[in-house]
Amino acid sequence: MVAAEIAPERRRRSPLSLPPGAWRLALPLVVLAILFGVLIAIHPRGLAVASMTPWANQAVTLAFVAVGQFFVVVTRGLDLSIGAVLALSNALASELVSGTPLEIAVGVVAVLAVGCLCGAINGVAVVFGRIQPIVATLATGAIYTGLALIVRPTPGGDVDEALSDLLTYETFGFFPTSLILLFAVVYLVWWPLSRTVLGRSLYAIGSNESAAFMSGLNPKRARLLAHVLAGFFAACGGLFLAFQTLSGDASVGFSYTLNSIAAVVIGGASLAGGVGTVIGVIAGAYLLRTISTIMIFTGLPPMAQPLFEGLVLLAAVSVGAIEMITSRNKLKVLR
Amino acid sequence: MAAVLRSPTTIVGLMIIAIIAVGASASPNFLSATYLLQQLQISSFLGVVALGALGVIVLGQIDLSIPWTMTSAAIAATSVVGVGAAAQDVWSTELAMPIGLAVGAFIGLVNGIGVALLRVPAMIWTLGINAVILGLCIFITGGFAPPGEASPLMRSLAVGRTLGLPNALYVWLGVSAVAAFLLTRTYIGRAIVAIGNGERAAYLSGIATQGVVILVFVFAGMCSALGGLLLAGYANQAYQTMGDPYLLPVIAAIVIGGTSIQGGSGSVTGMLLGVVFMTLLTSVLSVLQMPDPHRQIIYGAVILVTLLLYGRFNRPIT
Amino acid sequence: MIVIGVAGPSHRLRAVTVSSTNASHRAVGPASDGPITSAATGRSADAGGEFVSLAGISKSYGGTNALQSVDLSIRRASIHAILGENGAGKSTLIKVLTGVVRPDAGSVTVDGEELAVRSPATAAAAGIACVFQELSLVPDLSVADNIFLAHGTGPLGFIDRRRQRKAAEALLRELGSEVRPTDIVRSLTLSEAQLVEIAKALAKRPRLLILDEATSALGEQQVGRLFQILRRLRDEGVSILYITHRMHEVDTLCDTCSVFRNGRHVETFVQGTRSPDAVVELMLGRSVSQIYPPKPAPAVGPPLLEVSGLTWDGRIDKVSFVVRPGEIYGIGGLDGHGQQETLLALFGVLRNVTGEVRFDGRPVQIGSPGRAKGRALGIALVPEDRKSEGLHLPLTIANNLTLSVLNRLTRFGVINGGRQRRLVDELMKRLQIKASTPKAPVSSLSGGNQQKVVLAKWLACDPRLILLCDPTRGIDVGTKAEIYGLLRRLADEGAAIVLHTTDYDELIGLCDRVGIFYGGTILRELTGDDINERNILRASFALADDAPIAEGVH
Repeated sequence: MVAAEIAPERRRRSPLSLPPGAWRLALPLVVLAILFGVLIAIHPRGLAVASMTPWANQAVTLAFVAVGQFFVVVTRGLDLSIGAVLALSNALASELVSGTPLEIAVGVVAVLAVGCLCGAINGVAVVFGRIQPIVATLATGAIYTGLALIVRPTPGGDVDEALSDLLTYETFGFFPTSLILLFAVVYLVWWPLSRTVLGRSLYAIGSNESAAFMSGLNPKRARLLAHVLAGFFAACGGLFLAFQTLSGDASVGFSYTLNSIAAVVIGGASLAGGVGTVIGVIAGAYLLRTISTIMIFTGLPPMAQPLFEGLVLLAAVSVGAIEMITSRNKLKVLR
Repeated sequence: MAAVLRSPTTIVGLMIIAIIAVGASASPNFLSATYLLQQLQISSFLGVVALGALGVIVLGQIDLSIPWTMTSAAIAATSVVGVGAAAQDVWSTELAMPIGLAVGAFIGLVNGIGVALLRVPAMIWTLGINAVILGLCIFITGGFAPPGEASPLMRSLAVGRTLGLPNALYVWLGVSAVAAFLLTRTYIGRAIVAIGNGERAAYLSGIATQGVVILVFVFAGMCSALGGLLLAGYANQAYQTMGDPYLLPVIAAIVIGGTSIQGGSGSVTGMLLGVVFMTLLTSVLSVLQMPDPHRQIIYGAVILVTLLLYGRFNRPIT
Repeated sequence: MIVIGVAGPSHRLRAVTVSSTNASHRAVGPASDGPITSAATGRSADAGGEFVSLAGISKSYGGTNALQSVDLSIRRASIHAILGENGAGKSTLIKVLTGVVRPDAGSVTVDGEELAVRSPATAAAAGIACVFQELSLVPDLSVADNIFLAHGTGPLGFIDRRRQRKAAEALLRELGSEVRPTDIVRSLTLSEAQLVEIAKALAKRPRLLILDEATSALGEQQVGRLFQILRRLRDEGVSILYITHRMHEVDTLCDTCSVFRNGRHVETFVQGTRSPDAVVELMLGRSVSQIYPPKPAPAVGPPLLEVSGLTWDGRIDKVSFVVRPGEIYGIGGLDGHGQQETLLALFGVLRNVTGEVRFDGRPVQIGSPGRAKGRALGIALVPEDRKSEGLHLPLTIANNLTLSVLNRLTRFGVINGGRQRRLVDELMKRLQIKASTPKAPVSSLSGGNQQKVVLAKWLACDPRLILLCDPTRGIDVGTKAEIYGLLRRLADEGAAIVLHTTDYDELIGLCDRVGIFYGGTILRELTGDDINERNILRASFALADDAPIAEGVH
């Protein structure tokens, strides 16, 4: 029912105010900028290569996973297996990404392909099996976790160090390579796609699936694509984690699933679908990680850190509540 | 007739029989009354938690704070016993359970306020609450299992027997009966279903929807707490990760019981079967001495196949 | 003349131009001049010949036959009206033509070739576009993205945002819409969204254009502009299928009429060869003597509801009126001038409402719907959107009917099954709700019967004040007449009724007094013989009494 979702009365906005959705992107970026400033201020090394590269590196994995999660969320779905896909690809990377340059290349491609395959399986279960995404990925997540444990029962393995150094240090001696990698991958995959009807249909089916269908879009194809993208980006995250830690660990998954959802929401996407930007989501991931880093440097007792992380998460997601509490039409806040 | 065969209850019933058959062929012990009763006892912990979660899911929401609601209630209760024992206070053992349940109710209240009043999506709000409780528990206990033990009442409810049947089973069935009655025969149940089908229409029908949502979350918090208390009674202690293995099976049990994760409808009877199914699946895999990774894979695959069967037989008319 | 790009069936951008006047049209080629046009131009050599034909189309949902072996022929260069009550099969017919549902039997032939309409995409490729009654817009995307949702405007199917924006802008201007291509659809009013939906269908340059109640939320001038465009498209050879409940629109626009009843195609005739009464008889299968019940003498006595200076959030501005028991008070005016909000405010849905509301002479605070419907006040609201606000579609008729009175059917919170059954039976009988069993889901009912459930649900509360928001939108004549009769009966029994409607026939035919909203306030109140079309229109546009009215559709 589109009619119900349309404002009964339109509020004319002044030419100076931001368009309605812009705050969703602006807010995480502004908060991230502030937190970044705080981090530099309290970091013993200040704004230096030695402080920037670790800062950039530590959030890349989460950023990849969050971007993957975002594509499913924007279609009004949820991927609870995304952490498991990350763990599986991380475990595979620790087995495959070493040896001769050719072997390494094949290994990287294989890991990414497995990620896409996991995503495709999720997509098939959701689209053709007609299982709710949250439940389908709950089940497939268990399968992927099991596979990851078979590949790598205990943390360890071997990852090519030269490639790892290349990706986790700096370009031109000062710019974190990991950031370039992150934006290059996202740009190469999403930018062209966002300019096609298929890419736009991800947003369209999340916003109103039946309207999108009646308009001639193919919801099945779009949903399948979203899950494949999620698998691909989770594999990117798993690969990067392997480069970062030089090993594989099958048990890293679950916290990434939860944090990816948090990053997506903090980054301005709506769990109701149809709304959000990739840039905002990346900012959301960096926001979460920056907060953790700041807490380490402020000398907060380690035992208090999980509590503060939780409180910060609650505070962040409550920002949207201000609008709800101040809304003068009670119907508007209801679904 | 065809409709009966296709109903989730029938499918899950057949699956349970299949699991028992597999278990029996692997170990003759599997069919013994002792073993099956023990399975029902273990099912009870999961089942009690799932009852609260069912209400939340019928509302169209979800509660991801289950693990630490269970754990914190158990920690609170066992600590009360521990502190009481140190101070030689006779009342503390009596207070352990009420305090544990109160902890759960309070967490549920905070969940409900966030979801109903602040309108933060439950998926993310309860996730945050889970993180906060975890943080609080670690902050207070310093990351170690707190000193203390289960109160006699907790132990008796968890491991005791009456008339040959586990007390936990009575607790589970009792709470289930209450929940089923509330859901199908009362104002509050009708309101929950109505909200799950569309909160705007429910609100315009004059239902105090926010109050109902808060109430359901409080009930869910108390159910999780009760589950945690029983589990602590069973293990005679509370420990940091005790709630973690419960979240996913709870959701799986509800969905396998034929309840839509989207809300708007729910079946307590279906869920009872779902809980038994999940418990038996776990135990048959351990009877088969399956290594953990393979267990996970089969676990996931069986859930997936069951749900695929539902989808196969219940194609919506487009 | 403005150059715009319009995506054709080939998905390639073709430049065409739009003029806002109905000038002579020319053949269209890339970059040629001419008004909003279609791919049909140039192929209309056999104008008037058959373009689409349906043969033996049948479709059933569960046990009900929505369409039964329907044959229908749609000619080129024709505006073809489809008439029928709700549940007559019109919407299923549209769904079949647009590929939203697949028929159980029968065939669709387009341009001489049998077409397997498998999905909306294949229908669009065959040149069929539809303005859906319930809109096919995606709320979170921009207007321009919506208009070209399934079509890339650039090379290789990529989206050229600049071209898309310009093309959308030109289309909207042609339709007389002020929305910007960058506006998010969620922020539009219903009438703005309806124009965007029309622009979206036109952008596909259809050879068959279907309009399903496309003018229900439009103002007079917008309808006039739309009709100009439709006539021009017809002259260019486009087939237009026009579905409406408004008979005067059929009179002014259409050349052919087909009547549907109970899923069957009853008759097709040339417009003007049947009297209005005969057409209504065809639709109903029986005759209706009188649609509106006679009005009684003006109500006297103390008012039940006195509203003075009601103000909210810049959208309701010092609204004052009184309603007496036994009275039907009409609220009219153009869409979006504070009418809906006023009703919501009286039902306790809005926060920070100022001004005074007196009930039975006593000032009251209506904080929530729960308080509004309580015994102290006894207010009922039949909301604007019956599917998301009035009903829970998947729930049973019985559950829907009892939801607002549930607290009176319970003891200690436990529902008394016997009392519930008796109440449901009584309500279904009283409103003649046609359903096999009260346990059927409301979604299985026709639109008219669904609306009766909403009404019945509130009558169960024995309300003293009934607020209604467009209760007959999209409802067939027969059910409309029943609802009018019911409202009058309720008023006669002592209820006070406030009826907001976008159909001024209802204001004239049914209401005892009428308040016309403009800019958030009641600009003019009409009584007795002053309630006529002329006065309503003048007040709606805030025109002085001697100013001329813009040429409308009449």
